[in-house]
Amino acid sequence: MATTQALTRRWQLSGWQRFRFWRVVAWLTLFAITALFVIPVLWMVSTSLKSPSDLANTNWIPQTLEWRNYRDAFSFGQWGRWTLNSLIITSVSTAGAVLSTALVGYSFGRLRWPGRDILFGVVLATMMIPEVVVMIPRFIIFSRMPAYGFQGSSVWVNTFLPLTVPSWLGATGFEIFLMRQFMRNIPIELSEAAKIDGASELRIWWSIALPLSRPVLATVAIFKFQGAWQDFMGPLLYLQDESKYTLQLALRQFEFAAGGAPAWNQLMAASLVVMLPVLVIFLIFQRYFVQGINITGLAGR
Amino acid sequence: MSVTVPGTQSGSPGPAVASARRPRFAWKLSYREALTGWLFASPWIIGFVLFTAWPMLFSLYASFTRYNIVQDPQWIGLQNYQQIIDDPRFYKALENTFWMVLYKTPIVMSVALGIAMLLNMNLPGDRIFRTLIYFPSVLAGVASIYLWQWILSPNGLLNSGLDVIGINGPAWFTDPAWTKPGLIVMGMWFIGNNVLIYLASLKGIPETLYEAAEIDGANAWRKTWHITLPMISPAIFFQIVTSIIGTFQIFTTAYIISGTRSNIGGPRQSMLFYVLYLYNRAFGRVGPHGLQMGYASALAWILFAIILTITLFQLAMSKRWVYYETS
Repeated sequence: MATTQALTRRWQLSGWQRFRFWRVVAWLTLFAITALFVIPVLWMVSTSLKSPSDLANTNWIPQTLEWRNYRDAFSFGQWGRWTLNSLIITSVSTAGAVLSTALVGYSFGRLRWPGRDILFGVVLATMMIPEVVVMIPRFIIFSRMPAYGFQGSSVWVNTFLPLTVPSWLGATGFEIFLMRQFMRNIPIELSEAAKIDGASELRIWWSIALPLSRPVLATVAIFKFQGAWQDFMGPLLYLQDESKYTLQLALRQFEFAAGGAPAWNQLMAASLVVMLPVLVIFLIFQRYFVQGINITGLAGR
Repeated sequence: MSVTVPGTQSGSPGPAVASARRPRFAWKLSYREALTGWLFASPWIIGFVLFTAWPMLFSLYASFTRYNIVQDPQWIGLQNYQQIIDDPRFYKALENTFWMVLYKTPIVMSVALGIAMLLNMNLPGDRIFRTLIYFPSVLAGVASIYLWQWILSPNGLLNSGLDVIGINGPAWFTDPAWTKPGLIVMGMWFIGNNVLIYLASLKGIPETLYEAAEIDGANAWRKTWHITLPMISPAIFFQIVTSIIGTFQIFTTAYIISGTRSNIGGPRQSMLFYVLYLYNRAFGRVGPHGLQMGYASALAWILFAIILTITLFQLAMSKRWVYYETS
């Protein structure tokens, strides 16, 4: 702000118009860049409404608006089931991630216990471990863990358990890091006062820390929702029956059904519908996406 | 609201109020507090031991065995590693992956920073621009991969757009020379998050620094070089580190675009990335022995060693160019 004001002052002397000119150029550049980000989605909408014969054209307005693509795209397979599966896995793992990382983050941020700083260093270090190093052993563990017939499976593989239970156990290092960074900045007097009143630590966490931490809870919830909804490798590894597929796996059905190039109009229609929940969440909770950046401390001040 | 955090060091939290306040029952209190602390952290501790620490040790062990899950692992010493050294697909995968890291990282970093600087100019409508640039990055997933496969098809939207300005576009994902550039083009759609991190960092630079520089007669270039870049260097560093770790692990995109073909890794293995190769070794689409968990574990540990080396090297180098105000 003051930068531009200062700039303005300087340029006014040597030429206010030159300054205007560069601002206009910058605005036009930004506008063009933004257009490049928006065009693919518009193209997706356009494609999803085209007839098969219209697909080869690169015209923007379909010759006829084929709304039936949206019906036809979902006419085969078990889309209702797949949607439900995605919803179950996403909501269970999001709830687990928020609760468990809030508890763990509180412990790292607010409680004093021996070994805490070393273990927090371990939390940070886990962010550098590539998924693939643990992918195979995890698969082996889950193919041995008994599920006692849960979802018709004798082991955890081919159930939702490998995709949900780990979220209840501290999720990822980054989420714990966010929680801890936020919670250590809650005014400390509050919990001291509550302790004198004889409240247990669990109670302080639940009725004082959690309500004060709503912004970070929302941020973690949104990251986790987005990650779980869009996860592809997890379901690919662990879900074998078609009836247990998530929407991300289901989208591949168009390619399988066609045995090659999919029906792009139907695929784009289905893809738009699959994207929709994340888009809606983004539009409603936009500011929480940005908040994560502020909590990490990368924003400077 | 914005929350400020002094850094990422794991130092002691808050002021030492409590330790000064509890002289008499100190032992009893701290014992209880320690127990509570451990209990509260226990979900992560259990999860870490079960799903990270133990798996890592196991995969290290498995990398010295022949193992197909069905039968017990059979110790074969360094054989897996020796085979990998003679494995042409390992080198192909390594080459493809390094190509992506070397080209994608600097392109993403500089484009994201450029856009962030434009967004930081207080131009009219910049909030709408910011939202529209960011939103594709939340759409990552299989759906958007198909979208880009469609846009980058030989007669697709991008090539018809290039045609308008007189450029004869390549065949992208069907031409081995253009698959990886195609992935970079596609990746540019998802840089919104990088842009926002840079933007937040740019907004954190105190105006007084620029004002002081102006009094000294610095021009725009000098201000960028001597104020902007040093002040946002922690954000640049963080993003380079995470982006390299992420790029080393490309999987889903390559799997969707090329994996369902009989020829894994796309035209002439040009998209045979490390993790895609590893996945196919482990889950039995490449190689003679079916589920090759031992071989794949060895591949995984080699990748881990590469990533760790590069990250530690960057950490060491960061002392020379990353500027932390508080230190």
